[in-house]
Amino acid sequence: MQNYHAFQYTPHGADVAALKSAHRTIAEFAYEPAPVKRGYARKTLYVNVGTGEIRVKDVTQQMIDIFIGGRGFGLYYLWHATKPTTRWNDPENEIVIGGGPICGITQYPGTGKSLCVSLSPTTGVPIDSNVGGYAGPLLKTSGFDALEIQGIAQTEVVVVIDGQQGVVRIEEAPGEAQDSHVAAEQLTEMYAKNDADRVNVSVISSGAGGQHSLIGCLNFSFYDLRRKATRLKQAGRGGIGTVLRQKKVKAIVVHGRPITANVNDVADFDRVSKAGVRLHRELAHYDDVQCKMRTQGTAHLVEIMDAHDLLPVHNFQYGSHPDSYRIRSSVWERYFTQGIPDGCWYGCSMACAHAVDGFELRTGPYAGHRVIVDGPEYETIGGLGSCCGIFDPEVILESNFYCDTYGIDTISYGTICAFVMECWQRGILNAERTGGLELTWGNGEAHLEMMHQLARGEGFGAIAGQGVHRMKEIFLEKGWTKDAQLLDDIGMENKGLEYSQYVSKESLAQQGGYALTNKGPQHDEAWLIFMDMVSNLIPTFEAKAEALHYFPLFRTWFGLQGLCKLPWNDIEPVDNRQTPEPAKVPAHVANYLDLVAGVTGRELDSAGLIRESERVYNFQRVFDIRQGKGIRTFDHAPYRSVGPVSKEEYESRQERYDQQLVDLIGRKPDEVAKMSTEEKMAAHREWRTGRFEKLSDTVYRRRGWTWNAVPKPEHLKALGIDFPEVMAVVNAQLEKDRKAGVKTD
Amino acid sequence: MRYLRTNESMCRGVRACMRICAQTFYKTDDTSYSAIQVTEKPDGSMKITVCTQCGVCIDICPTQALSRNKLGVVMLDKKKCIGCFMCVGFCPEDAFFQHPKLPYPIKCTACGQCPKVCPHHALEIADVNLSTHAKEVTTLRLAQ
Repeated sequence: MQNYHAFQYTPHGADVAALKSAHRTIAEFAYEPAPVKRGYARKTLYVNVGTGEIRVKDVTQQMIDIFIGGRGFGLYYLWHATKPTTRWNDPENEIVIGGGPICGITQYPGTGKSLCVSLSPTTGVPIDSNVGGYAGPLLKTSGFDALEIQGIAQTEVVVVIDGQQGVVRIEEAPGEAQDSHVAAEQLTEMYAKNDADRVNVSVISSGAGGQHSLIGCLNFSFYDLRRKATRLKQAGRGGIGTVLRQKKVKAIVVHGRPITANVNDVADFDRVSKAGVRLHRELAHYDDVQCKMRTQGTAHLVEIMDAHDLLPVHNFQYGSHPDSYRIRSSVWERYFTQGIPDGCWYGCSMACAHAVDGFELRTGPYAGHRVIVDGPEYETIGGLGSCCGIFDPEVILESNFYCDTYGIDTISYGTICAFVMECWQRGILNAERTGGLELTWGNGEAHLEMMHQLARGEGFGAIAGQGVHRMKEIFLEKGWTKDAQLLDDIGMENKGLEYSQYVSKESLAQQGGYALTNKGPQHDEAWLIFMDMVSNLIPTFEAKAEALHYFPLFRTWFGLQGLCKLPWNDIEPVDNRQTPEPAKVPAHVANYLDLVAGVTGRELDSAGLIRESERVYNFQRVFDIRQGKGIRTFDHAPYRSVGPVSKEEYESRQERYDQQLVDLIGRKPDEVAKMSTEEKMAAHREWRTGRFEKLSDTVYRRRGWTWNAVPKPEHLKALGIDFPEVMAVVNAQLEKDRKAGVKTD
Repeated sequence: MRYLRTNESMCRGVRACMRICAQTFYKTDDTSYSAIQVTEKPDGSMKITVCTQCGVCIDICPTQALSRNKLGVVMLDKKKCIGCFMCVGFCPEDAFFQHPKLPYPIKCTACGQCPKVCPHHALEIADVNLSTHAKEVTTLRLAQ
């Protein structure tokens, strides 16, 4: 371990006067910031960086009633801004950023989230990605519930939203760095009035990786008072950073009015506060004996996943590794600076936004610099680490840092790198094809160099930056393999989005949780592995389908309100296990009902909560269909996520798989004894893909969708989202299905 | 360093401390505003809940609104406080209070008013060095 000097960083904010003097105002718009009442400003901001148009829109009551906020507002605006033919790089594609009515309260953990929505470069359908940092709340104190960014700028620009001055500007910004850790520091320094005002500035940016790949993430900054430095949180999934850079937006700067105890002017401050104190107390008393979020964050999951054969190893071939002890939680706990309130928003006593301070970089353009590494979190450790066979924590830290500052999604990059390493293992790639990169399992240097190439848009890294879906096509086009089936089996993507970092082979519900999604395989919609595989709480198809109805909707609700999911179930009341449905954490659901009523004044019950989500979730499905996707074929799961693809994969867990042939597939033990591995694999494949299809049928039925995953008209009517434009999309798809002989019930 | 030392065995539940505290800082007779709270235990004896100035909250506060003054007393800077109440949830003594009508928490500042009005001498202002204080606070917690 290096000898880190806490809080010593290489500075970048010194020459901002020169940078600022090079700015030229392209468009300026003065406004009177709307007061926030009961969680809503009831105004949103529209900025077209191509035409220079800036205006304020009114939030309608229908938007509040149906779309609630956050992800809902994002989808609403994106639907109206785009056409069925719109692609991610068309000027009309938008990035919509918004919190939600609860976003910005300071009393309850996890209440500062922003939801970012755009047409994804990798999936072609709407992606929504949630992120911490202060931009969402500061946007609200600037008088806006959401921000739309549309158009493509002529030159590199920053969009400045100054809620303190009541002005929005598009400024030509030629000099600022595009990499986020530098840009955030420069722009915070530039727009904060003084030291104390830095906390009121949040910078949204991507980086060189966003510029040159399809997997760009957005970084949202916040100023860390104790470290006296800007920190970054990521809207990682789906390539929204790529969209930002394609629009030639270097950054969006939100300079809001200062945060006070009640910026949302909530309906019942005491009710909100009491819910917060309840959860603060649970965290104070039980976090150390439950998830250790305050000391380790989500890194606590590494050894748990390894123990249950769920940690992705070598591109999800395996679920554990003898070297995983090198990346277990206690290692990260030692790297993380302890004793600091590491929330990514005020009031978050879960405080899981840990950081490694003063980390000295070895490679790339910032070699020798001392930096803050935000994280790593579990998914980053799994993706950049074990999935690539990398168990050196310092390689993971370096990779994590560069992913962030380049604006690259760590989850996608990890799954991409793991895919190319497996292609190397199977002879599809070699040094000649990769330009000399030895992409063997565990080669951290090659892993990092491919990332630097990606950020420069050069060499094999530029190909990797296209994502797994496109790489499969490229490898076939180049004639590097003819085995499309193998690429399809081992390429861990669905809809064009790379899988997040859990091995789902032994959890049918999680296979559905990843693949039967609106936006692709992420852990935002459903994480059912433990409930399904470890605890066996949902044994039947119907029970799994119910879980795949309830949990994606429950989790969607966080995105409507501006909430983080983690404080829901990464801490539990001590008596949670004694409740009838512990997986739902009923006491915390009750807290959320208190929050929504306390903020908006609108009483809600748990069924109503699900209903709110169901409207937006189904709207998003219809949106997918409108963009030419969203039907059953796009929910196809790569076989690696369903079962063992290769012989060595099967034989590594032969005892388990052989036993399943007897117990679950109905073969006789003496018959199994005589079968070759290939025959066993074929039997497994037939059974596993068959039950995945049966699960799909059951889930679609439960969700009120047809066999082809199209929301039924009567269901949309019951939800109150049978708008003419929505019904037109659905009816057209149903008509198409009828003509093609596809079932429509 | 200065703090309010309590002797629960002397307390008879008169609650004059609560009244003077609410009166001093909030000009009210409503003792829910008091930074010292006296409650009855199941055995009929009294429990006094008040800040020990242990300082755990200082590192919890996200806005650095809590700091020790020259006397060692943990003070809340209301201008910096954003009302998150993390200090309330993490106080080892449960002696930080969230009040229904206030956007910031209530805590004892060891002002010295309450010992003056306690008829049973259950309260006194102590001025001790840090190591003594650590011992006393630990003892106090064990006793409770």
